Amino acid sequence: MDVLNAFVALANFVLVPAIAYGSQLALGALGVTLIYGILRFSNFAHGDTMAFGAMVTILTTWGLQSLGITAGPLPTALLALPVGILGTAALLLATDRVVYRFYRRQKAAPVILVIVSMGVMFIMNGLVRIIIGPGDQQFADGERFIITARDFKSATGLSEGLAIKTTQGITVAAAVIVVALLFWFLNRTRTGKSMRAFSDNEDLALLSGINPERVVTYTWLIVAALATVAGVLYGLDKSFKPFTYFQLLLPIFAAAIVGGLGSPIGAIAGGFVIAFSELSITYAFKKVFNYLAPENLQVDTLMQLLSTDYKFAVSFSILIIVLLFKPTGLFEGKSV
Amino acid sequence: MGEPFLIGDAMTGGYGSVDILHDCTVAVEKGEIAVIVGPNGAGKSTAMKAVFGMLALRSGAVRLDGKDITALSPQDRVAEGMAFVPQTSNVFTSLTVEENLEMGAFLRRDDISGTMEQVYDLFPILRDKRRQAAGELSGGQRQQVAVGRALMTQPKVLMLDEPTAGVSPIVMDELFDRIIEVARTGISILMVEQNARQALEIADKGYVLVQGRNAFTGTGADLLGDAEVRKSFLGG
Repeated sequence: MDVLNAFVALANFVLVPAIAYGSQLALGALGVTLIYGILRFSNFAHGDTMAFGAMVTILTTWGLQSLGITAGPLPTALLALPVGILGTAALLLATDRVVYRFYRRQKAAPVILVIVSMGVMFIMNGLVRIIIGPGDQQFADGERFIITARDFKSATGLSEGLAIKTTQGITVAAAVIVVALLFWFLNRTRTGKSMRAFSDNEDLALLSGINPERVVTYTWLIVAALATVAGVLYGLDKSFKPFTYFQLLLPIFAAAIVGGLGSPIGAIAGGFVIAFSELSITYAFKKVFNYLAPENLQVDTLMQLLSTDYKFAVSFSILIIVLLFKPTGLFEGKSV
Repeated sequence: MGEPFLIGDAMTGGYGSVDILHDCTVAVEKGEIAVIVGPNGAGKSTAMKAVFGMLALRSGAVRLDGKDITALSPQDRVAEGMAFVPQTSNVFTSLTVEENLEMGAFLRRDDISGTMEQVYDLFPILRDKRRQAAGELSGGQRQQVAVGRALMTQPKVLMLDEPTAGVSPIVMDELFDRIIEVARTGISILMVEQNARQALEIADKGYVLVQGRNAFTGTGADLLGDAEVRKSFLGG
C-alpha cells in the first residue's frame, strides 16, 4: 500500500493533463456555446477557426523569434497572441459580412446555417493548409517545465515523479483569466447584458432597442479571442497540426452539449467532464492499482479500459448518453 | 380637440396576402386608457401589432402626436416614445428583474436609476425580487416585470397585449389598478383585453372589433351600457 505514490502517479498521468486539456476544451466550448446562444446555430467551423488563430500566432511567433524577441522563460507565443486574436477577428467579421449576414437577412433555418458553417469550415481548413502546410509545427519555447519529474522525486523522496509542464500551467492560468473576463463582461457590462438578453429572447431584445448587428459583431470578436486562445494553448501543450484541430470539433461539441448549449458555465463544466472521462478511460491504471493493492493482488495487465486510439469514442458515448437522457445538458441549456 | 395622440387610422393589412384588418381604426388620447375588446380571432392583437409596426399595412396610417410613423420599424417607434408589452415571452427569463429593467432602458444614455425607482414604487414586489431571475417569478409578477421593462424607456404611449392573460382575478384587479396609476402620470395606454367587462370599466375609450372591423366604438361606460354590446360580447 502506497497511497502517496499512487496519487502522484495518478496526478502526473491523469489529473494534471486532464485539467490542462479540460481548460482547452472549455475555452473551445465557450465559443461554440456563445455562437449557439446568440447566433443560433452550431458552428462547425469552430475547430478550424482555432487552427487559424493558432496559425497566425505561430507565424507571428516565428517573426518575433527571428527578430530575437522572446518572452524569457515563457513561450514567445504569448506575445504573439494579440496579433492572432486580431487576425482571427478580422477573418470572422469578414466571413460574417460575406456569408452569414446574407443568411441572417433571409432568416435562414438553423440547419441551413449549420451546413453553411460546414462550407466555411472547408474554406478555413484549406486556407490554413495553404498558408502553413498540413504538417506538425512546434512553436513552444522558453522553460519546458515548472517542475520536472526528477526534481519532484529528489524533493519529496517518492519513487513516482510529478512533472508539470510550463504550457500546462499557462493553459490553466490563461483559462482562468479568460473565463473571469468573459463572465465579468457578460454579467456586468451593458453590452454583455444586451448579448444575454438577445440570446434569451430575440424579439423582446429588438423591442428594447438592442441592435442585433452590434450584438453579432461583439459575439464574433469574443469568439475570435476565445478560439485563438484555445487554439494556441492546445498547440503549445501538444503541437500544432491542422487536422488535429478539425478532430477537436467532436470533444468540443460534446463539452458544449453536455454542459447545455447556450450556457457558458455548462461549457466549462462540460469541457472538464469530457477531458477527465477521456483521460481516465484511456489511462492504464496498472501502476496506480499496484501501489494501492496488497502484495498478493498485484496485477500484470495494463488495467486500461480503452486504448487511446479510441479516445474519440469516449466523447461520442458521453454525447449520446446526454442526448438520450438529458438533452438540455447539465446546466439546462437549449435542447438540440 | 384635434386628432388623438396616437391613432392607427383606417388600417388594412394582414400576414401574407390575406387581410385580417379591414379599415380598422384605434386611437388613444394623452393620459387616457383605450381598450380593444372583441371575440377570439377578431384581430385585436393584430391591430396592436399594426399600430406598433410589426405588420405591414396595405392602406391606412399610424400617427403619433400628429407625426406619420407608418413607415417606421418597431425599434424606431421605441425611439419615438412607444413601448410594447407582448402577450407572451415578454420578459428575459434568464436575466434578473433588475437586468430586465436595465435592458428596457437600453436606448437611454442618461441616468436610469430614477425611473427604476419609480417602477419599484409602482411594483414594490419587484424591488424585493430584483436579484432574482425573471423566469423564476409567478405569472402576475412576470407581467409586472414586463410592464416595468416597457416603462423604463419613459414612453409616451404604453401598449399592452392582454396584460392579464393567465393571472388570477385578484392579480388582475391589482394590475388594472397599476395601469390606471401609470395613465395618471400622463402616459397613454392602448391595450387588448380578454376580460372585456373589467377592462371597459377602467377604459376612457373602448373599441369592439369583429372580424378585423370596428363594430362598436365609444367610451368605456357607453359600451358597457349598450344593450347590443352587452348581449353580444359581455354575456348579457
